[in-house]
Amino acid sequence: MNNRLWDVGLLTKVVLGFALLLSAFPIYYMFIMATRTNDDAVETPPPLLPGGHLGENVRRLLATEDANFVTGLANSAIVAVTVTVSVVLISTLAGFAFAKLRFPGSKVLLGLILVTMMVPLQQMGMVPLYEMMVKLEWTGQLKAVILPFLVNGFGVFMMTQYTSQAVPDELVEAARVDGATTLGIYARVVLPALRPGMAVLALLVFMQTWNEFMWPLIVLNPDNPVVQTSIAALNSAHGTDYVMLFTGTAASVLPLFVVFVLFGRQIVGGLMEGAVKA
Amino acid sequence: MTIQLAPPPRKAPGRRTAPSRRMARFDLKGVPYLLVSPYYLLFAIFGVFPLGYTLWVSLHDWELAGDTEFTGLANYGELITDESFWNAVVNTLGMFVVATVPQIVLALLLANALNKRLRGRLLLRLGVLLPLVTSVVAVAVVFSQLYSRDYGLFNWILSWFGVDPITWQNEKWSSWIAISTMIDWRWTGYNAIILLAAMQTIPRDLYEAAAIDGASARTQFWRITVPMLRPTIVFVVFISTIGGLTLFAEPVMFEGNPMMTGGTTGQYQTVAMFIVKSAFRDFEMGYAAAAAWLLFVLILLGTMINYWFTRRIGGAK
Repeated sequence: MNNRLWDVGLLTKVVLGFALLLSAFPIYYMFIMATRTNDDAVETPPPLLPGGHLGENVRRLLATEDANFVTGLANSAIVAVTVTVSVVLISTLAGFAFAKLRFPGSKVLLGLILVTMMVPLQQMGMVPLYEMMVKLEWTGQLKAVILPFLVNGFGVFMMTQYTSQAVPDELVEAARVDGATTLGIYARVVLPALRPGMAVLALLVFMQTWNEFMWPLIVLNPDNPVVQTSIAALNSAHGTDYVMLFTGTAASVLPLFVVFVLFGRQIVGGLMEGAVKA
Repeated sequence: MTIQLAPPPRKAPGRRTAPSRRMARFDLKGVPYLLVSPYYLLFAIFGVFPLGYTLWVSLHDWELAGDTEFTGLANYGELITDESFWNAVVNTLGMFVVATVPQIVLALLLANALNKRLRGRLLLRLGVLLPLVTSVVAVAVVFSQLYSRDYGLFNWILSWFGVDPITWQNEKWSSWIAISTMIDWRWTGYNAIILLAAMQTIPRDLYEAAAIDGASARTQFWRITVPMLRPTIVFVVFISTIGGLTLFAEPVMFEGNPMMTGGTTGQYQTVAMFIVKSAFRDFEMGYAAAAAWLLFVLILLGTMINYWFTRRIGGAK
């Protein structure tokens, strides 16, 4: 065991230090700018310590009517939570069926999901989807940005993988012998065992939905935006008001950071576990 | 679980009535389909239907809620000779290459560093993943400011080396670099974590044997780590291909207005921007639909080329 490969050399320290600095700097810079004035923002070198203008910037942000920032935040929360609950529920149902139940055609059905994961559905389908929303008179409404995202091929794939290793076959068989129905097995045996996997999927879907930009930009109106399109509106109308813009972006990533701080360990674990199986 | 030798007494099969037997059969044969049906139902409505309908629309001169006229392959014919479409294709592919190649190399180096005997592993991994937790729009806003001509950090740093201020939006090369750095900043750490996970499954005996044979750390990295990671690298490139060829939010925010032109002469207009512009700025739905199908063909081709290329690189070692 005298291989020096695992030792931490100078190069490793430099690489890691640099990576952490690069990772953190733009985020740090964003929060600093949110506490500064526009006169500070155009200084070179840029200020690296917080100033005392956060409250004033927030007040100006809230007073900017064409951005509808608070509506955007609330709408994003509604959309992201709804989509997350739906994707997790539908994925665990399908994942349980694919991983633990035998039925004709299951291989083909699962394969179909993997193929569709390759298709850029949003870009491919935006024209008909938009026409659909116009016909239903849903443009400008939140259901237009919720419904198309209620299912997610990646979610089904991930929960199938997770269920096949987290739920022992014997447990399912035993429940069956005890007279449990398939739905009963799902509710009492499978769901409790899937909790960690569901948490990881929920976090990933929440982040993805919170981030959705192109479709909301097309189908929603500026007076009823989600947070990303609200920032886009802010950017195009008040692009030189850096500190207000940065206050908005900082507020828009704050919910994600809260999630990350609370569940970061699970996210890292989930990503790494998923990667090994892929 | 123990093996049950006798059936549980309270469930004697003889006591079941006919309807309950039918229910039991349905429970075994029918319920699995019920469980997977929500996915396929919703996917059919919001995935398959739009896909097929896009093909139909692409064969028409189709205006939003207006007249439609069947024109066969005319949209495709027009697209293939449309310079602005090919400009968008070149931009998309160009930014994909400029962003992805350094990203994979950096992710490999970073994963290798994270794979050492380190203290504070979890914190390091969280730190590397931090950019993923921001939003694309936020990243683009911050970087666009960092790239601004007069007050941007990048131009200030370049000025130490005597470089005159660059207007990053103005040229193809500079806008491509700016947008690629936004992509790389967000995704390199994520890819490093994926590669790290795969690295940890490589049996350590391989390295011990190589070390006994006198292989240096660098040789071990190139001769053991990289070849063993080949499937994961293929996976990472595959995921990046889809993301890269549908690039949208970064260039739109970099431009700063929602016109979708990607700069004054389309220096950084991507195919996704081209589609949105055709459909929702010029209201040529049929044309946009045809471009969407060509984008799909492009992604299929890109995925196949990547697969072939990555296999060759990995196989050569």
